[in-house]
Amino acid sequence: MLEAILILTLIAVVFGLLLGFAAIRFKVEGDPIVDQIDSLLPQTQCGQCGYAGCRPYATAIAADEADINQCPPGGETVILSLADLLGKDPKPLSEEHGVEKPKMVAVIDEQTCIGCTLCIQACPVDCILGAGKQMHTVIEKECTGCELCLPPCPVDCILMVEVGSDPSTWKWPYPGQKEPQA
Amino acid sequence: MAEYALILVSTILVNNFVLVKFLGLCPFMGVSRKLETAMGMGLATTFVLTLSSVASYMVNAYMLEPFGLEYLRTIAFIVVIAGVVQFTEMLVHKTSPMLYQVLGIFLPLITTNCAVLGVALLNTQAQHSFLESAIYGFGAAVGFSLVLVLFAAMRERLAVADVPVPFQGAAVSLVTAGLMSLAFMGFSGLVK
Repeated sequence: MLEAILILTLIAVVFGLLLGFAAIRFKVEGDPIVDQIDSLLPQTQCGQCGYAGCRPYATAIAADEADINQCPPGGETVILSLADLLGKDPKPLSEEHGVEKPKMVAVIDEQTCIGCTLCIQACPVDCILGAGKQMHTVIEKECTGCELCLPPCPVDCILMVEVGSDPSTWKWPYPGQKEPQA
Repeated sequence: MAEYALILVSTILVNNFVLVKFLGLCPFMGVSRKLETAMGMGLATTFVLTLSSVASYMVNAYMLEPFGLEYLRTIAFIVVIAGVVQFTEMLVHKTSPMLYQVLGIFLPLITTNCAVLGVALLNTQAQHSFLESAIYGFGAAVGFSLVLVLFAAMRERLAVADVPVPFQGAAVSLVTAGLMSLAFMGFSGLVK
Protein backbone atom coordinates (compact mmCIF):
# COMPACT_ATOMS: atom_id res chain seq x y z
CA MET A 1 0.00 0.00 0.00
CA LEU A 2 2.71 2.42 1.03
CA GLU A 3 4.87 1.68 -1.98
CA ALA A 4 1.85 2.16 -4.28
CA ILE A 5 1.44 5.68 -2.92
CA LEU A 6 5.19 6.31 -3.17
CA ILE A 7 5.42 5.07 -6.77
CA LEU A 8 2.45 7.14 -7.91
CA THR A 9 3.89 10.20 -6.16
CA LEU A 10 7.23 9.52 -7.82
CA ILE A 11 5.63 9.32 -11.29
CA ALA A 12 3.72 12.55 -10.67
CA VAL A 13 6.86 14.32 -9.42
CA VAL A 14 8.94 13.16 -12.39
CA PHE A 15 6.36 14.42 -14.89
CA GLY A 16 5.87 17.61 -12.89
CA LEU A 17 9.60 18.32 -13.05
CA LEU A 18 9.70 17.48 -16.77
CA LEU A 19 6.81 19.87 -17.47
CA GLY A 20 8.30 22.57 -15.28
CA PHE A 21 11.58 22.27 -17.15
CA ALA A 22 9.76 22.32 -20.51
CA ALA A 23 7.80 25.42 -19.47
CA ILE A 24 11.07 27.29 -18.93
CA ARG A 25 12.94 25.78 -21.86
CA PHE A 26 10.16 26.26 -24.44
CA LYS A 27 8.83 29.54 -23.14
CA VAL A 28 7.09 31.56 -25.86
CA GLU A 29 7.84 35.21 -25.57
CA GLY A 30 5.19 37.39 -27.10
CA ASP A 31 6.13 40.94 -27.94
CA PRO A 32 3.36 43.07 -26.44
CA ILE A 33 4.74 46.35 -27.80
CA VAL A 34 4.20 45.15 -31.40
CA ASP A 35 0.56 44.37 -30.58
CA GLN A 36 0.10 47.80 -29.02
CA ILE A 37 1.61 49.60 -32.02
CA ASP A 38 -0.40 47.43 -34.41
CA SER A 39 -3.63 48.31 -32.64
CA LEU A 40 -2.95 52.03 -33.19
CA LEU A 41 -2.35 51.68 -36.92
CA PRO A 42 -5.38 52.09 -39.21
CA GLN A 43 -5.22 48.51 -40.63
CA THR A 44 -5.66 49.65 -44.22
CA GLN A 45 -2.84 47.25 -45.25
CA CYS A 46 -2.06 49.77 -48.00
CA GLY A 47 1.72 49.39 -47.92
CA GLN A 48 2.38 53.11 -48.35
CA CYS A 49 4.83 52.96 -45.43
CA GLY A 50 7.07 50.68 -47.49
CA TYR A 51 6.17 47.53 -45.56
CA ALA A 52 3.86 44.71 -46.61
CA GLY A 53 1.10 45.71 -44.20
CA CYS A 54 0.33 47.24 -40.84
CA ARG A 55 1.72 44.39 -38.76
CA PRO A 56 5.15 44.35 -40.46
CA TYR A 57 5.32 48.13 -40.08
CA ALA A 58 4.50 47.78 -36.37
CA THR A 59 7.27 45.19 -36.01
CA ALA A 60 9.69 47.54 -37.75
CA ILE A 61 8.74 50.44 -35.46
CA ALA A 62 9.22 48.24 -32.41
CA ALA A 63 12.66 47.21 -33.67
CA ASP A 64 13.51 50.90 -34.26
CA GLU A 65 13.99 50.27 -37.98
CA ALA A 66 11.21 52.57 -39.16
CA ASP A 67 10.12 56.06 -38.20
CA ILE A 68 6.68 56.77 -36.77
CA ASN A 69 5.68 59.23 -39.50
CA GLN A 70 5.29 56.87 -42.48
CA CYS A 71 1.56 56.19 -42.30
CA PRO A 72 -0.45 58.53 -44.57
CA PRO A 73 -3.89 56.95 -43.92
CA GLY A 74 -3.40 57.35 -40.19
CA GLY A 75 -2.15 60.90 -40.56
CA GLU A 76 -1.44 63.16 -37.65
CA THR A 77 -3.66 61.26 -35.20
CA VAL A 78 -1.64 58.06 -35.53
CA ILE A 79 1.68 59.92 -35.35
CA LEU A 80 0.61 61.64 -32.14
CA SER A 81 -0.61 58.47 -30.48
CA LEU A 82 2.50 56.54 -31.55
CA ALA A 83 4.72 59.32 -30.18
CA ASP A 84 2.75 59.17 -26.96
CA LEU A 85 3.10 55.38 -26.69
CA LEU A 86 6.81 55.25 -27.52
CA GLY A 87 7.85 58.45 -25.75
CA LYS A 88 9.21 60.02 -28.94
CA ASP A 89 8.78 63.51 -30.33
CA PRO A 90 5.95 63.81 -32.85
CA LYS A 91 7.01 64.95 -36.29
CA PRO A 92 5.10 65.80 -39.48
CA LEU A 93 4.14 63.10 -41.94
CA SER A 94 7.07 62.13 -44.15
CA GLU A 95 6.45 63.46 -47.67
CA GLU A 96 7.95 60.55 -49.57
CA HIS A 97 5.32 58.18 -48.20
CA GLY A 98 2.32 60.23 -49.29
CA VAL A 99 -0.05 62.87 -48.05
CA GLU A 100 -3.01 62.66 -45.72
CA LYS A 101 -6.29 62.41 -47.60
CA PRO A 102 -9.90 62.32 -46.49
CA LYS A 103 -11.34 58.82 -46.12
CA MET A 104 -12.04 57.27 -49.52
CA VAL A 105 -13.60 54.06 -50.75
CA ALA A 106 -13.17 52.36 -54.09
CA VAL A 107 -16.17 52.11 -56.39
CA ILE A 108 -16.22 49.93 -59.48
CA ASP A 109 -17.91 51.30 -62.57
CA GLU A 110 -19.94 48.22 -63.26
CA GLN A 111 -20.67 49.13 -66.90
CA THR A 112 -16.96 49.16 -67.76
CA CYS A 113 -15.79 46.21 -65.63
CA ILE A 114 -14.71 43.26 -67.78
CA GLY A 115 -14.47 40.76 -64.92
CA CYS A 116 -10.72 40.12 -65.05
CA THR A 117 -10.37 39.43 -61.24
CA LEU A 118 -7.04 41.34 -61.13
CA CYS A 119 -8.31 43.78 -58.52
CA ILE A 120 -9.56 40.90 -56.34
CA GLN A 121 -6.02 39.57 -56.14
CA ALA A 122 -4.66 43.01 -55.28
CA CYS A 123 -7.12 43.77 -52.48
CA PRO A 124 -5.40 43.31 -49.09
CA VAL A 125 -8.64 43.09 -47.12
CA ASP A 126 -10.57 40.89 -49.56
CA CYS A 127 -13.44 43.34 -49.97
CA ILE A 128 -13.93 42.97 -53.74
CA LEU A 129 -16.53 40.45 -54.81
CA GLY A 130 -16.70 38.84 -58.24
CA ALA A 131 -15.68 35.97 -60.47
CA GLY A 132 -14.05 35.51 -63.84
CA LYS A 133 -16.01 37.28 -66.62
CA GLN A 134 -18.59 38.40 -64.06
CA MET A 135 -19.08 41.95 -62.91
CA HIS A 136 -17.14 42.83 -59.74
CA THR A 137 -18.24 45.03 -56.90
CA VAL A 138 -16.72 46.53 -53.75
CA ILE A 139 -18.09 45.85 -50.30
CA GLU A 140 -18.03 49.45 -49.20
CA LYS A 141 -18.09 48.74 -45.48
CA GLU A 142 -14.91 46.66 -45.68
CA CYS A 143 -12.96 48.90 -48.09
CA THR A 144 -10.05 50.73 -46.45
CA GLY A 145 -9.38 53.07 -49.36
CA CYS A 146 -5.82 51.83 -49.87
CA GLU A 147 -5.90 52.33 -53.67
CA LEU A 148 -3.99 49.09 -54.29
CA CYS A 149 -6.69 47.96 -56.74
CA LEU A 150 -6.22 50.96 -59.04
CA PRO A 151 -2.93 50.05 -60.82
CA PRO A 152 -3.83 46.47 -61.86
CA CYS A 153 -7.18 47.40 -63.46
CA PRO A 154 -6.73 47.13 -67.25
CA VAL A 155 -9.78 49.26 -68.10
CA ASP A 156 -9.44 51.86 -65.32
CA CYS A 157 -12.95 51.28 -64.07
CA ILE A 158 -12.21 51.77 -60.35
CA LEU A 159 -12.79 55.23 -58.92
CA MET A 160 -11.89 56.50 -55.49
CA VAL A 161 -14.84 58.30 -53.95
CA GLU A 162 -14.65 60.40 -50.83
CA VAL A 163 -16.86 59.18 -48.01
CA GLY A 164 -19.05 62.20 -47.41
CA SER A 165 -20.69 62.84 -44.08
CA ASP A 166 -24.34 62.05 -43.66
CA PRO A 167 -26.55 62.78 -40.66
CA SER A 168 -25.32 59.64 -38.86
CA THR A 169 -21.59 60.33 -39.26
CA TRP A 170 -21.47 64.14 -39.20
CA LYS A 171 -19.56 65.74 -36.35
CA TRP A 172 -18.63 69.24 -35.34
CA PRO A 173 -15.44 70.49 -37.03
CA TYR A 174 -12.39 71.13 -34.86
CA PRO A 175 -11.86 74.78 -33.83
CA GLY A 176 -10.14 76.75 -36.56
CA GLN A 177 -11.06 74.19 -39.22
CA LYS A 178 -13.43 74.95 -42.03
CA GLU A 179 -16.49 72.77 -42.19
CA PRO A 180 -16.13 70.43 -45.22
CA GLN A 181 -18.66 70.99 -47.96
CA ALA A 182 -20.96 68.02 -48.19
CA MET B 1 12.51 -7.27 -38.94
CA ALA B 2 9.55 -9.03 -40.59
CA GLU B 3 7.93 -9.12 -37.18
CA TYR B 4 8.00 -5.31 -36.90
CA ALA B 5 6.65 -4.86 -40.44
CA LEU B 6 3.87 -7.24 -39.48
CA ILE B 7 2.98 -5.13 -36.43
CA LEU B 8 2.86 -2.03 -38.64
CA VAL B 9 0.57 -3.58 -41.28
CA SER B 10 -1.56 -5.11 -38.57
CA THR B 11 -2.13 -1.85 -36.68
CA ILE B 12 -2.55 0.37 -39.75
CA LEU B 13 -4.86 -1.78 -41.85
CA VAL B 14 -6.05 -5.02 -40.30
CA ASN B 15 -6.67 -4.00 -36.70
CA ASN B 16 -7.19 -0.33 -37.41
CA PHE B 17 -7.90 1.38 -34.10
CA VAL B 18 -10.76 3.52 -35.32
CA LEU B 19 -12.57 1.31 -37.79
CA VAL B 20 -11.98 -2.17 -36.35
CA LYS B 21 -11.33 -1.64 -32.65
CA PHE B 22 -13.67 1.40 -32.42
CA LEU B 23 -11.24 3.44 -30.31
CA GLY B 24 -10.73 7.18 -30.75
CA LEU B 25 -14.12 7.77 -32.36
CA CYS B 26 -14.61 11.24 -30.86
CA PRO B 27 -11.78 13.01 -32.73
CA PHE B 28 -12.66 10.85 -35.78
CA MET B 29 -16.09 12.51 -35.83
CA GLY B 30 -15.09 15.86 -34.34
CA VAL B 31 -12.03 16.90 -36.35
CA SER B 32 -12.89 15.39 -39.72
CA ARG B 33 -14.89 18.32 -41.04
CA LYS B 34 -11.91 19.90 -42.80
CA LEU B 35 -8.96 18.20 -44.45
CA GLU B 36 -6.38 20.62 -43.05
CA THR B 37 -7.37 20.23 -39.41
CA ALA B 38 -7.59 16.48 -39.92
CA MET B 39 -3.99 16.40 -41.15
CA GLY B 40 -2.78 18.57 -38.26
CA MET B 41 -4.64 16.42 -35.77
CA GLY B 42 -3.19 13.28 -37.36
CA LEU B 43 0.35 14.66 -37.02
CA ALA B 44 -0.10 15.72 -33.39
CA THR B 45 -1.72 12.40 -32.47
CA THR B 46 1.10 10.47 -34.16
CA PHE B 47 3.66 12.33 -32.08
CA VAL B 48 1.74 11.94 -28.82
CA LEU B 49 0.84 8.28 -29.37
CA THR B 50 4.38 7.15 -30.17
CA LEU B 51 5.85 9.09 -27.26
CA SER B 52 3.19 8.05 -24.77
CA SER B 53 3.33 4.35 -25.67
CA VAL B 54 7.10 4.40 -25.11
CA ALA B 55 6.75 6.36 -21.87
CA SER B 56 4.02 4.12 -20.52
CA TYR B 57 6.06 1.02 -21.43
CA MET B 58 8.92 2.36 -19.33
CA VAL B 59 6.66 3.30 -16.43
CA ASN B 60 5.10 -0.15 -16.54
CA ALA B 61 8.36 -2.10 -16.87
CA TYR B 62 10.57 -0.16 -14.46
CA MET B 63 8.20 1.27 -11.89
CA LEU B 64 5.04 -0.83 -11.65
CA GLU B 65 6.09 -4.40 -12.36
CA PRO B 66 9.13 -4.59 -10.00
CA PHE B 67 6.83 -3.70 -7.10
CA GLY B 68 3.89 -5.84 -8.22
CA LEU B 69 1.69 -2.78 -8.73
CA GLU B 70 0.12 -3.78 -12.07
CA TYR B 71 -3.31 -2.85 -10.73
CA LEU B 72 -2.25 0.82 -10.83
CA ARG B 73 -1.70 0.70 -14.59
CA THR B 74 -4.75 2.70 -15.65
CA ILE B 75 -4.20 5.66 -13.34
CA ALA B 76 -0.44 5.70 -13.93
CA PHE B 77 -0.94 5.67 -17.71
CA ILE B 78 -3.42 8.52 -17.49
CA VAL B 79 -0.83 10.60 -15.64
CA VAL B 80 1.78 9.70 -18.25
CA ILE B 81 -0.50 10.61 -21.16
CA ALA B 82 -1.56 13.91 -19.61
CA GLY B 83 2.09 14.79 -19.06
CA VAL B 84 3.12 13.86 -22.60
CA VAL B 85 0.24 15.84 -24.15
CA GLN B 86 1.11 18.92 -22.09
CA PHE B 87 4.73 18.56 -23.15
CA THR B 88 3.71 18.25 -26.81
CA GLU B 89 1.57 21.35 -26.54
CA MET B 90 4.50 23.41 -25.25
CA LEU B 91 6.77 21.99 -27.94
CA VAL B 92 4.32 22.77 -30.76
CA HIS B 93 3.67 26.24 -29.36
CA LYS B 94 7.38 26.98 -29.43
CA THR B 95 8.37 25.36 -32.70
CA SER B 96 5.36 26.00 -34.94
CA PRO B 97 2.90 28.70 -33.83
CA MET B 98 0.96 28.17 -37.09
CA LEU B 99 0.21 24.51 -36.32
CA TYR B 100 -0.55 25.50 -32.72
CA GLN B 101 -3.21 27.91 -33.95
CA VAL B 102 -4.69 25.42 -36.40
CA LEU B 103 -4.97 22.65 -33.81
CA GLY B 104 -6.28 24.96 -31.08
CA ILE B 105 -8.40 23.13 -28.53
CA PHE B 106 -7.88 19.72 -30.20
CA LEU B 107 -4.32 19.48 -28.93
CA PRO B 108 -5.20 19.26 -25.20
CA LEU B 109 -8.17 17.08 -26.16
CA ILE B 110 -5.77 14.31 -27.29
CA THR B 111 -5.52 13.57 -23.55
CA THR B 112 -9.04 12.18 -23.66
CA ASN B 113 -8.50 10.27 -26.90
CA CYS B 114 -9.29 6.70 -25.86
CA ALA B 115 -6.99 5.31 -28.56
CA VAL B 116 -4.00 6.70 -26.64
CA LEU B 117 -4.90 4.92 -23.41
CA GLY B 118 -6.01 1.90 -25.45
CA VAL B 119 -2.59 1.54 -27.08
CA ALA B 120 -0.81 1.80 -23.73
CA LEU B 121 -3.03 -0.84 -22.14
CA LEU B 122 -2.96 -3.20 -25.15
CA ASN B 123 0.84 -2.95 -25.16
CA THR B 124 1.06 -4.35 -21.64
CA GLN B 125 -1.63 -6.91 -22.38
CA ALA B 126 0.27 -8.26 -25.40
CA GLN B 127 3.55 -8.07 -23.42
CA HIS B 128 5.36 -6.15 -26.15
CA SER B 129 9.05 -5.31 -25.85
CA PHE B 130 10.29 -1.70 -25.87
CA LEU B 131 10.72 -1.48 -29.65
CA GLU B 132 7.52 -3.39 -30.30
CA SER B 133 5.57 -0.93 -28.11
CA ALA B 134 7.04 2.03 -29.98
CA ILE B 135 6.14 0.51 -33.37
CA TYR B 136 2.70 -0.54 -32.15
CA GLY B 137 2.00 3.02 -30.97
CA PHE B 138 3.36 4.54 -34.18
CA GLY B 139 1.38 2.12 -36.36
CA ALA B 140 -1.81 2.80 -34.44
CA ALA B 141 -1.29 6.54 -34.92
CA VAL B 142 -0.58 6.19 -38.64
CA GLY B 143 -3.74 4.10 -39.01
CA PHE B 144 -5.69 6.71 -37.08
CA SER B 145 -4.32 9.55 -39.23
CA LEU B 146 -4.98 7.58 -42.43
CA VAL B 147 -8.67 6.98 -41.77
CA LEU B 148 -9.07 10.49 -40.34
CA VAL B 149 -7.72 12.08 -43.51
CA LEU B 150 -9.70 9.71 -45.77
CA PHE B 151 -12.87 10.42 -43.83
CA ALA B 152 -12.28 14.19 -43.87
CA ALA B 153 -11.84 14.07 -47.65
CA MET B 154 -15.16 12.23 -47.97
CA ARG B 155 -16.95 14.63 -45.63
CA GLU B 156 -15.74 17.62 -47.62
CA ARG B 157 -17.47 16.12 -50.64
CA LEU B 158 -20.52 15.14 -48.60
CA ALA B 159 -20.90 18.76 -47.51
CA VAL B 160 -21.81 19.79 -51.06
CA ALA B 161 -23.69 16.60 -51.97
CA ASP B 162 -27.45 16.46 -52.29
CA VAL B 163 -28.27 14.38 -49.21
CA PRO B 164 -31.92 13.50 -48.43
CA VAL B 165 -33.25 15.54 -45.52
CA PRO B 166 -33.56 12.69 -42.94
CA PHE B 167 -29.92 11.73 -43.53
CA GLN B 168 -28.39 15.20 -43.32
CA GLY B 169 -25.71 16.04 -40.76
CA ALA B 170 -24.52 13.42 -38.31
CA ALA B 171 -26.60 10.62 -39.82
CA VAL B 172 -24.86 10.54 -43.18
CA SER B 173 -21.46 10.87 -41.48
CA LEU B 174 -22.15 7.85 -39.30
CA VAL B 175 -23.41 5.85 -42.28
CA THR B 176 -20.22 6.76 -44.18
CA ALA B 177 -18.06 5.76 -41.22
CA GLY B 178 -19.92 2.45 -41.01
CA LEU B 179 -19.32 1.74 -44.70
CA MET B 180 -15.64 2.63 -44.28
CA SER B 181 -15.42 0.26 -41.34
CA LEU B 182 -17.01 -2.47 -43.45
CA ALA B 183 -14.44 -1.85 -46.16
CA PHE B 184 -11.59 -2.09 -43.65
CA MET B 185 -12.96 -5.40 -42.38
CA GLY B 186 -11.92 -6.69 -45.80
CA PHE B 187 -8.30 -6.50 -44.66
CA SER B 188 -8.85 -9.14 -41.99
CA GLY B 189 -7.09 -12.30 -43.05
CA LEU B 190 -4.17 -10.29 -44.45
CA VAL B 191 -2.30 -10.87 -41.19
CA LYS B 192 -3.22 -13.56 -38.70
